[in-house]
Formats: sequence, structure tokens, C-alpha cells
Amino acid sequence: MAGKGIRIEGLKKSYGRGDTVVEALKGVDMQVAPGEVVGLVGPSGSGKSTLLKCLGAVIEPTAGRMILGDQVIYEDGWKVKDLRALRRDRIGFIFQAPYLIPFLDVTDNVALLPMLAGKPNAQAREQAIDLFKELDIEHRAKAMPAQLSGGEQQRVAIARGLVNRPPVILADEPTAPLDSERALAVIRILNEMARKFETAIIVVTHDEKIIPTFKRIYHIRDGVTYEEAGEGRSFV
Amino acid sequence: MISLAGRDIMHAWGKFVFTGLGLGLLIGVTLSMAGIYRGMVDDGKALLDNSGADLWVVQQNTLGPYAEASSIYDDTWRGIRNMPGVERVANVTYLTMQVRQGERDVRAMVTGVTAGSPGTPGWPPYLVGGRQITRDHYEAVADIATGFKLGDSIQIRRNNYTVVGLTRRMVSSGGDPMVFIPLKDAQEAQFLKDNDAILQQRRRTTVNPVFNRPQVPGLLEAVIASQSTNTYVNAVLVQIGASYNADDVAESIRRWKRYTVYTRSQMEEILVGKLIATSAKQIGMFLVILSIVSAAIVAFIIYTLTLGKIREIAVLKLIGTRNRTIAGLIMQQAIALGVIGFMVGKISATLLMAPIFPKHVLLEPLDSVFGFIAVVVICIFSSIIAIRAALKVDPAEAVGG
Repeated sequence: MAGKGIRIEGLKKSYGRGDTVVEALKGVDMQVAPGEVVGLVGPSGSGKSTLLKCLGAVIEPTAGRMILGDQVIYEDGWKVKDLRALRRDRIGFIFQAPYLIPFLDVTDNVALLPMLAGKPNAQAREQAIDLFKELDIEHRAKAMPAQLSGGEQQRVAIARGLVNRPPVILADEPTAPLDSERALAVIRILNEMARKFETAIIVVTHDEKIIPTFKRIYHIRDGVTYEEAGEGRSFV
Repeated sequence: MISLAGRDIMHAWGKFVFTGLGLGLLIGVTLSMAGIYRGMVDDGKALLDNSGADLWVVQQNTLGPYAEASSIYDDTWRGIRNMPGVERVANVTYLTMQVRQGERDVRAMVTGVTAGSPGTPGWPPYLVGGRQITRDHYEAVADIATGFKLGDSIQIRRNNYTVVGLTRRMVSSGGDPMVFIPLKDAQEAQFLKDNDAILQQRRRTTVNPVFNRPQVPGLLEAVIASQSTNTYVNAVLVQIGASYNADDVAESIRRWKRYTVYTRSQMEEILVGKLIATSAKQIGMFLVILSIVSAAIVAFIIYTLTLGKIREIAVLKLIGTRNRTIAGLIMQQAIALGVIGFMVGKISATLLMAPIFPKHVLLEPLDSVFGFIAVVVICIFSSIIAIRAALKVDPAEAVGG
């Protein structure tokens, strides 16, 4: 369930050894509160993806601290034994492309996560349908991913990210393949869902058209983040 | 939890069915090869069963009459008939040759049988049409696999025979259908020379001073007469009394009559262990090769299907799917492919390959069970490469950058 969002302190990540070592993250600090949507912006090679992978427990940081909700999940080493369960139950992912499983219908694409967590199929599907109502795609519940438009697919992906009610959702350029109107619609949905489910959402983006919509933005450059407060910014 | 493998198969059923179809034809050939081996063994056993013999008396130190040439005098049976435990005896000759009928010829095993009644060793035990041989010459009973019909005239060497009876499943160990003719005719067919050769032999005998002695009248005629008659048969078939042990009777004949004698189990060992051993090894090699090819095909197909799902696998891993679930997805698909392939293979072997194959193909249910188990095991092992590839997929691949 949602808790106190996510906080990271002095997070470092380096690749290689000895003379060839590359420091991708040089001490990143970041905090996102429940119900908040922040942007993470930076040029290519700035460390965005590395940060996202560390936050998503996909790669292990070199040093620092990560607190998810009330739990320290990383402090000079993982504090959680089962990283798969952590990703499944406490972190939601939304990708650049929806990456829906093509052989599962829309409902099962979303219900798969609670099923993997051990929930009965019927209950997991009910959970998915409830989210579809929120996202206004209930009528597409039985469709296959290939039958959906790009915007519909991205909404299903959002539903998949939300279905286990994680305290944090990591969205990796979720509006990249969409036109302006649909991109803004996705950001609006993310804001609504963040508020409704008390979820902290970090949106990695290059997309100029959605950057102004964030109240708070973290810029990342050469492995270091700089926060830009949202003076004059407004939620969509 | 839903079956990911099942959903994927249902989603791309065409791919699975057509791949399974191709694999199935290969499995069908594999099952047919096993059926051919079983058919050869069955043919051998049918030959022994249908001969009605308990013992085979053959030329000493030979594996006759089926695996090696054997010739013994045709009056040998008299001495054997009087041995303790012997109930019935009969001479028999076997000769595999081309039997002509009109413009066509058929490869058949021509069997010379002693005059007698049904139940006499060597006689066809049952007929599906016509009657048994009742005359001493020029009548034949043929297996229906020869394609001969009642009343057909067939040619064996220089003589013509009328088909008076038809029988079924009377085949040689090589699967050639049998044609039964009277023993005397069969002896002629097997041992008698052509006219030119007989003339040549007589001329040579006449000029040989050892045989042509003016002071011994009648010697030359006697020698020539002995050369133009045949007194050999290939074996004597023996039926023993109900209360006697075949090994004991065989040992007695070996000891007192100085012949080689085989019991039913020994003869079966010769047929299966020696006569068709090379063919069995060849078929065994084909089975191994086909199994390896099937395994390679399944491995390749499953590996290719898995590579086509790398992104989905990365997403599944990222959202917390366990390795065993992903391995299960791939392995279940491999097994499903094997099951589809086996069903197609079994149907094609039973309905398409076995009926048109020119040899007797015996598809044993137990072989199918072992075949099914082998297919499933091969599919499981074949999926290991794909599983390894899937488990190596980094969930980070789902995240950009």
C-alpha cells in the first residue's frame, strides 16, 4: 500500500573498476511525496536511466540510501531479500512503449501482477476492472493489446503500474510515442492517480510539451541532480 | 494463476500447429521405423508359428534353414520319426525366388511341403480361400500378399502351378509372402539343373574313365541316374508329444542322429538375434538420428520463439515474475509442441505411412507410449537452451537507456 513516497540520499553508482571506472551517479538526493508527480529531466548520458534502474531495484547502487515508504530498501547494500517481490508489490513501472504482453488480453495484462503476488484470478481481475473504470477503458477490458490505440495501450500500462497500489511508480518517458493531446492526457491521468492512490510518481522525460506540467522537476547532469521548484508551474 | 504458455499458444496457434505438423511428420517416420523393426520380428515369429514345428533338424553346424543354407537327406525323417517323444515329422524346403505370373513376377519364399493333411508341419495352418494341396505336383497355395488369385497359373522355374488355395500372414523372415508347393516339385525347383547343364554333366561323366568302365555294365547309367535325382531337403520339422520336453528330444536327436537341432526359442534367437540383427541396428541408428534431428528442431523452434519474446520476458522479470514461471512458460510450450507433434506423428504413422509401406509395419501400443515419453523428455531437454537464454535476459532491458 502507499506510504511515505520515496526518498534517496547520496545515491551513487559506478561502472567498471580501477582506471576504467565510470561514475554514473555521484550522490543523488531526491524525495517524492505520496500523491506527487515529479519530472526527472536530463540529456542523454546524464544518468537518468541508471537512476531509474537503481530506483526500480533492477541494478544495485554502489552507495547511498533508499527509503521506500517506511522501509529502508538500500543502505550500502540491499536491505530486502527478494527484489522481485519488491518490484512486483511496491514499485510500479510504466515504460516508453506500453510493452503489454501480446498474448494476454487487456484484463489479464493488468491482473497478472496481483496473480503473481498470489491473489486468486477472479479477485485480481476484479482489481484490474476497477482500475479500468478509473481510466475510462472498461469497454476495452476483453480486447487484445494489438486491438488498442496507442493512447489506450498506455492507459492499460498505467493500470498495470497501479494495480498493486505501489508507494512509487517509475515512468520512463511514458508520453514519447504520443501526440501532444494524448501526452497531456496521460500526464493528467498520472496526476489523478497519484492523488487518488497516494502514490509517488517519477516521470523521466525529454518531452518539452509535458515538462511545464510538473510542479517539481529534478534535473540530472553528470550524475548529479538539481531540483527546480515549480514557481509559476501548475498541474495540468 | 493463468497459464502463460497456454495463452501464448492460443494467441499464435497457427505457428504452433504448423510447426507441430512438420515435427509430427518427423515423429511419424520415427514411429514407422520402430514399427518396421517390430514388423520384422513379428514376421520372424509368424514364420516359426506357422511352420507348426517344435524342433528344426538341420545340417550339422549350420544355422539353417532360415539364416543359413542347410541340406540333409530327404529320408532323414524316418530315423527321427522313431525317436522317443517325436510325434510328427515332415521334410521341408525353402527357396526365396521370383515367381512369375504372366507378365509380372513376385518375390516369394517357395516352400516345399510333404504330402499329408492339415496340421502336418510346414503346411499353412489355415486358408482364407480355396483348398489345401491334394495332388503330388503342380498345385500351389499362396499368401494373398503375393496378389495371386485362385485359379491363377504361376511359373516356378520351368513348371507351371495352379493356385488352389490362399492363405494369410505366411511370410518369410524378410517379409516375402510364401508360396507352398508339393515337396518333390520344390526339390526340383531348388536343386535340379537346366537341360543344357544336365547334358553337359552327362557328357563329362561319360568321358570320365572312373564311371565309364566297359567291364562294369550299368555303372555309367547308375551314376547318371543318381545325378539327375535330388535327395535333399533343407530341414526336417518335428512336432513332439505333449508330455515331452523339447530340449530333451532335441538333445537326443543331436546325440544319436548327428544333426544340428534347434528348439523354438533357439530358432527365435537365430531369427531375431542374427538374421535381422543388422537391419535392427540400421533401424536403431535411424531412430537415434531422427531423435537427434527432432530434438534439434524443437530446440531451434523454441529458441527462436523465445528470442522473439525477449522484450516480454524482460517486462515479466521486471514486474516480478519468478524464473520458474518463465522457465515453465518455455518448457510448457516445448511440451505442447511435442504433444501436437506426437499426435500428428501417431496419426500419420497409423493412417498414412504404415498402410502404404511395402514392409509389414507393426505399431505396438507400448511403443507409442514409450515414444510419447521420449518425445516429452526430448522436448524438455530441447527447451533448456531457450530457458537459459530467457533466464539471462536482464530485466533492465525493459527500461530504456
